[in-house]
Amino acid sequence: MTEKAHTQEAEAPQFYLEEEHHPEGSTMLGFWLYLMSDCLIFAVLFATHGVLGRNYAAGPSPADLFDLPLVAINTAMLLFSSITYGFAMLQMERNAKMETLFWLGITGLFGLAFLGLELYEFYHLIHEGAGPGRSAFLSSFFTLVGTHGLHVTFGIIWLITLMVQVKIRGLIPENRRRLMCLSMFWHFLDVVWIGVFSFVYLMGVLG
Amino acid sequence: MSPQAHAPAHEDAHNVHHGHSHGHDAGHGSLKTYMIGFVLSVILTAIPFWLVMGEVFDSKILTAVLIMVFAAVQIVVHMICFLHMNPRSEGGWTVMALIFTLIIVAIMLAGSFWVMHHLNTNMMPMSPEMMKNMP
Repeated sequence: MTEKAHTQEAEAPQFYLEEEHHPEGSTMLGFWLYLMSDCLIFAVLFATHGVLGRNYAAGPSPADLFDLPLVAINTAMLLFSSITYGFAMLQMERNAKMETLFWLGITGLFGLAFLGLELYEFYHLIHEGAGPGRSAFLSSFFTLVGTHGLHVTFGIIWLITLMVQVKIRGLIPENRRRLMCLSMFWHFLDVVWIGVFSFVYLMGVLG
Repeated sequence: MSPQAHAPAHEDAHNVHHGHSHGHDAGHGSLKTYMIGFVLSVILTAIPFWLVMGEVFDSKILTAVLIMVFAAVQIVVHMICFLHMNPRSEGGWTVMALIFTLIIVAIMLAGSFWVMHHLNTNMMPMSPEMMKNMP
């Protein structure tokens, strides 16, 4: 009798249904672990650039190519987008849907400005004959900065998707959780950019 | 007897877990922490750019070291003010994961630079004759 009741309960799927109701318990930790693995990808690319960054193959050096004022503006764009995302999160805490959407939109615009400037820089470099195939330095530069740019691109796609979600569904717990994940992703990209402008641009121009 | 006794205990565990998951403070900040982070980031970004663009120091080594120091400080500022890292969030597991990652990154960076530097210095110098016959 007891045994029968036990097997019945074991087969009943209620436990799994219960879990679905509050999944935010471990999502943040899981997403953090993803960011840490992403951190390893960037670390490998930084190491590659550190090893190959001085191999110009008689081609142009960073001091010839990089336009530091442009990089400074780019850095400012990403930093502004970080703080505006922070404002969006504060509005989310206050449950203010329209203000959250407003700040997310501003964040997206700063992100697009960053991406536009980076694409302009890439176009300019390739146009000058300093494309990724020119030297080992340029190969590693395009790989590292391009990977970061790709992350920002997907971040913007994610941001637009979430804006549509918030617009339609409102600030429901699921959307809050997603916004928190994107918040970590976005700030993480800014952290990686600190490494990029310090190690690649400033140290590169320094020679 | 045992299934009936089990069920309420499970329910309790859930409630405890539920309360905990709302109590964690990862991802929550205040206007003050964001503004402090932003102002510090602006300062910590402006100084290295000024050091390089204004050619403040003659010594390149000194400038390079300062750039790296400012970058490291700014990364810590971002971690605390924007990513809201603290040793208590998620029961300390985020910090554990971070420390583990930092160790791996340090081993990988130091190892790569060390090995590749020795490889470069031990490479046989290439004569113009060899250069000509390169594939």
